[in-house]
Amino acid sequence: MARFLVKRTLSAVLTLFAVSMLTFLMFFALPRDPVSGMCPKNCNPERLERVRQELGLRDPLVSQYAGYMKGIVTGRDLGSAQGGRCDAPCLGWSYVNNEAVTDTLARVLPVTASIVIPAAILWLLLGVGLGMVSALRRGTWLDRAAIGFSLTGASLQLYFVGAVLLLVFVYTLRWLPVPGYTSLFEDPVRWASGLVLAWVSLAFLFSAIYARLFRAQMLETLSEDFVRTARAKGLSRTRVYGRHALRAAITPVVTVAGLDVGAALGGTVITETTFGIQGLGRTAVEAVRAGDLPTIMATVLVAAVFVVLANVLVDLLYAAIDPRVRLG
Amino acid sequence: MSLSPVDGAALAEIESGGAAGAEAGVSRERRIVGRSPGQLAWLRLRRDRTALVSGAMLVLFVLVALAAPLIELAYGIGPRDQFQSKLDGFGMPLGYAGGVSGDHFFGLEPGLGRDIFIRLVHGLRTSLFIAFAAAVLTAVIGVVLGTLAGYLGGWLDAVVNWITDLTLALPFLVIALALTPTLTLRFYGQRDAVPPAFGIGVLIAIFAVFGWTSTARLVRGQVIALREREFVEAARASGAGLGHMLFRQLLPNTWAPILVSFSLAVPQFITSEAALSFIGVGLTEETPSFGRMIYQSLDYLQTDPAFVFFPGVTIFALVFAFNLFGDALRDALDPKSSR
Repeated sequence: MARFLVKRTLSAVLTLFAVSMLTFLMFFALPRDPVSGMCPKNCNPERLERVRQELGLRDPLVSQYAGYMKGIVTGRDLGSAQGGRCDAPCLGWSYVNNEAVTDTLARVLPVTASIVIPAAILWLLLGVGLGMVSALRRGTWLDRAAIGFSLTGASLQLYFVGAVLLLVFVYTLRWLPVPGYTSLFEDPVRWASGLVLAWVSLAFLFSAIYARLFRAQMLETLSEDFVRTARAKGLSRTRVYGRHALRAAITPVVTVAGLDVGAALGGTVITETTFGIQGLGRTAVEAVRAGDLPTIMATVLVAAVFVVLANVLVDLLYAAIDPRVRLG
Repeated sequence: MSLSPVDGAALAEIESGGAAGAEAGVSRERRIVGRSPGQLAWLRLRRDRTALVSGAMLVLFVLVALAAPLIELAYGIGPRDQFQSKLDGFGMPLGYAGGVSGDHFFGLEPGLGRDIFIRLVHGLRTSLFIAFAAAVLTAVIGVVLGTLAGYLGGWLDAVVNWITDLTLALPFLVIALALTPTLTLRFYGQRDAVPPAFGIGVLIAIFAVFGWTSTARLVRGQVIALREREFVEAARASGAGLGHMLFRQLLPNTWAPILVSFSLAVPQFITSEAALSFIGVGLTEETPSFGRMIYQSLDYLQTDPAFVFFPGVTIFALVFAFNLFGDALRDALDPKSSR
């Protein structure tokens, strides 16, 4: 177990290293000048040159990268135009937003988390529940209704569902305010009412995939011998289906859920675009458009951290759920 | 004894068959036919009404996509023709439901006044081609690497696992957004006209590079669970070679999830292409595409809902048909399925 954890942590750190290097290279492979995007239109040549100096763009690539990584671990001194001293997880200074990148992240991360976490709880409950019901009642109208629901959800596009929901609940019925983000601690009601459309549309689409996946896996499990044996030796239905079969059938759901939640925490670009909410995803897309290197690097790295963490968690859960899997 | 007429007839037939013995036995002998799993699956698929309907829908979609130039000829309107005279002063199409008429089946786009029907037909062609190419590529790469990694373990598993983690860790949409213009500028100058085929190629390549990992992970998980099973141990103990283990023992048992994932992958790539167009990467304005149309249409959500409706419903119908057929296929392929 300890050996597994050490190995897994090492490979996670290695992955993050590779991601940071790849992103760094990818950005410098962009043919346009990274500075022109960071400086507003009326930039004179002297100011441009100063920005280049401050960003260290005249230094060799390796020392630029080393400086960046050092900033994350120990913090570093940036030029006076970049807010001076930049503390430990220093991700640089954005000339586009005129603030330290860590401040931008601190602003947008809670937004994305507020979208993803309630939505994930909703979609997991809904997906596994529907999949369970339709597997146990295979062939009945309940199964057909659940399959119909999940196939519809799996075939719909978020921007289309979002558009329809917006048209109905915000513009026509006026039941909900125009979507937006308010801090949970400031005003929980406005927090929920501003995000509920995003939760519902995400949950509708995602739970569909989970219901499909879980139903397929559950049906396969139900036809296994151990289920029949458990029933034959007199265990109750609830115990056999709710514990034995559920546990055997849930592993693929755990894998997919881990990946989905990890990836979604790294930015729900489409959702944020559809509902006009400024989270990590929109910030990343806008940074790429503006050529804002420090912000792109930071958003990609943060997204990678979430996915890597989710992967480690999935592996641990696998071992906890399925005793046949040996960690090592 | 209450026999329904049908039961009675069936019973009579069996009895007469038994009595008539020799002569009837030759003509209507109930022979036991050996059928391969593939034949059984095909039989089940043919009996499934959902499979037939969704299959027919898919064939129709593919035919429409293949015959797009012919349809254009018969319809008499090209995807880039503009009908400004049929728009009002605000650029909104005249008439009901976004200008639906005998000339324009699905109406006109607000603004440019292009015909929506023929743009959808061409968009279907682009979407289907990209999705199929990407799905086949990712399935092949994913299955091969996933099976090998799961079965062999060791350094190969570590490497494949690590690459999988790496590609999964990169935020797909953001990277695609950053990569597409870079790649385009690498091959074409700032002012050169980029041929549509290049844009399509770039999309397929990006999908292949990022898409195979999910299949690989799925297959690897299945293979790892199978690896501990008795029949695999038995085969290994009797000295089966690597090829036999992979293709005769493991692959047939991972077939169902692979097919499910393939059947999910095609519509997923259709929607990914649309999603990329939605955030503004992907194909050029010239190439008709679902995502681009939907993205443009969202600006007219309140003024011209018909423009949102037609592309949205078309892409839904396409993806829906794929999902239905994929489900039916899974049921048919499952050897344990009782239907």
